[in-house]
Amino acid sequence: MLQYIARRVMLMIPTLFVISLISFAIIQLPPGDFLSSYVAQLRSEGDAIDAAQLAALEEQYGLNQPVYVQYWKWIGGILLRGDMGRSFEWGKPVSELIWDRIGITMLISLLTILLSWAIAIPAGVYAATHQYSIPDYLMSLISFLGLGTPSFMVALIALWVGLAFFGVNISGLFSEQYIDAPWSVKKVLDMLSRIWLPVVVLAIDNTASIIRTLRANLLDELNKPYVETARAKGVRETVLIWKYPVRVALNPFFSTVGWTLAALVSGETLVSVVLSYQTSGPLLLRALTSQDMYLAGSFILLLSTLTVVGTLISDILLAWVDPRIRLEE
Amino acid sequence: MATEGSIERPRADDAGLSTESARVEQIYVAPQWKLMWWKFRKHRLAMVSGVVLIVFYLAAIFCEFVAPYDPESFSTRYTLAPPSRIHFFDSEGNFRGPFIYGIKRERDPATLRPIFVEDISAIHPIRLFSPGQPYKLWGMLESNLHLFGIDAPIEEHGFFLLGADRLGRDLFSRIVYGARISLSIGLVGVFLSLIFGIVLGGISGYYGGVIDNIIQRVIEFIRSIPAIPLWMGLSAALPADWPVVWIYFGITVILSLIGWTGLARVVRGRFLALREEDFVLAARLIGSSEMRIILRHMVPSFLSYIIATLTLAVPGMILAETGLSFIGLGLRAPAISWGVLLQEAQNLRSVALAPWVLLPGAAVVISILSFNFLGDGLRDAADPYAR
Repeated sequence: MLQYIARRVMLMIPTLFVISLISFAIIQLPPGDFLSSYVAQLRSEGDAIDAAQLAALEEQYGLNQPVYVQYWKWIGGILLRGDMGRSFEWGKPVSELIWDRIGITMLISLLTILLSWAIAIPAGVYAATHQYSIPDYLMSLISFLGLGTPSFMVALIALWVGLAFFGVNISGLFSEQYIDAPWSVKKVLDMLSRIWLPVVVLAIDNTASIIRTLRANLLDELNKPYVETARAKGVRETVLIWKYPVRVALNPFFSTVGWTLAALVSGETLVSVVLSYQTSGPLLLRALTSQDMYLAGSFILLLSTLTVVGTLISDILLAWVDPRIRLEE
Repeated sequence: MATEGSIERPRADDAGLSTESARVEQIYVAPQWKLMWWKFRKHRLAMVSGVVLIVFYLAAIFCEFVAPYDPESFSTRYTLAPPSRIHFFDSEGNFRGPFIYGIKRERDPATLRPIFVEDISAIHPIRLFSPGQPYKLWGMLESNLHLFGIDAPIEEHGFFLLGADRLGRDLFSRIVYGARISLSIGLVGVFLSLIFGIVLGGISGYYGGVIDNIIQRVIEFIRSIPAIPLWMGLSAALPADWPVVWIYFGITVILSLIGWTGLARVVRGRFLALREEDFVLAARLIGSSEMRIILRHMVPSFLSYIIATLTLAVPGMILAETGLSFIGLGLRAPAISWGVLLQEAQNLRSVALAPWVLLPGAAVVISILSFNFLGDGLRDAADPYAR
């Protein structure tokens, strides 16, 4: 097991390296370097920038040096000092802005995975064991709709329904008095009373695809001889279904939970923009449109890294559950 | 029926049995594509979806003709006007064919919100092939015929099948024009991913070993990073002063950079399965070149799977374009795509006053569902020998 974990961690290192390269490329993509736009911004606000400060910044980010030196200074700063550069729009270090938001994004994604499994697994098993029954058709219909409707559309419709029929504006992650307040128990409770909306919206999409795949997988398993054998030996039907074929049919999900996480973080980005949540999505969007590239690059770096780490954790869990995987190769 | 095959058919007095065996015989002699068609035909939902998609694509191709108005023409008198109600009988109960009443803008006495009331004194019949604003089909053929329309130009009186937007532009026309970009971006994007997918998946599956390992790791890597933040970052880097066409291709390239992975996996899987088949070995033994084995023997046998997978990949592309344009990082006005149209729905006040600005989303949902059903049907039909 330890060997398996070690191998997986080793495999992760090149992945993280490539992620950092891509994030750095995104920082570098817009024309002109950020310092000139920073200077322009300061000038437009009437502030003079003194030459010494400029030189210090240039030195810090290695702007006059070749690209690989710049990359090294950037990634070195993150790894050694946790310094992700400065956000020019906010006038703060990126690291002060980013962690809260990434935390909420991850919280929403994890809650969504839990909720969609809690709904989809029983529903998928029911649909497969009661094939062609009315609930089966109903679930197919709902899951097709869930599959066809982009989650940001669902969020929009939810907002509209909330406003038009109940007269409440359900956008925003916090009530007004808590937006700028420091973290406290009350603020967390306030957030939890609102966070269900994006979780439900994102879960619809995810649940739909799980139900469909689980139903198909389970239908394949149910026709296999071992099920027949167990039935012939008199195993109770519920025990039989849940103990053997369901476990086999669920395997693909556990092995792709990392991709699910990536898809959820993706979806969450758009849904939060619609719902104007204080999570990574809207801030990333703003950073990109105002070319606040250190902020944007750090978001992409951290979101991707966390997803990869999440995949690693799920792989380790899977190997723990399924000996075939950890003993392979 | 004096065909060659009929000699072996046992003579049966029972008419039902004879048609039954005739059908079996038909199945034996039918070419593969015919078998697929028969199987596909049984999938009702896929058939319906196919028809829906054909209608959508025809509308997209001939959008200048199908749309009653130019998408940019507007009338400030009809800002956020609701969908026109189509009547068949006038107030006296006489049948008049399809027509709409004139609408007048008034203010709700209680809330002071603008409301639109029907003016039953003015009747505008709806006509097929009615002359209207002149246009150039595909920028070449000049005409002023539209599929349908009313007798008055938009400045005098508008006919809004699906309502009007914030500037008083006809939403139906804009959705039809948007279909041209939104529906084609799916196809172009999938075509680009197909090239990546077939080349890389093919290499991976055909050669195996180290190359396979590397390509599989790359695919896993791409799938494990969140796509939308990455897409956002890349498309934000497209210069804002690029012309629409360039942005369009920039977006499709960006989408397919990530979208090829699914296709590559399917291609690789089929290659791995087919590599061991006897007919491939036979071809190799008689000295066919690698290229000939791949193109002549292997590709035709999994082409149907590829087509099915492609169909299932289109919705992802449409969704991605819609999402990116919706948040303002994809196509931007004056380009018209469904995502650009949905931007209007970001303004909650617009949505509350005029829920029909959400309708471009309905077009997205319908086309995505249709592609999904069509893909399901094609996938089932791709293997006509399976029961």
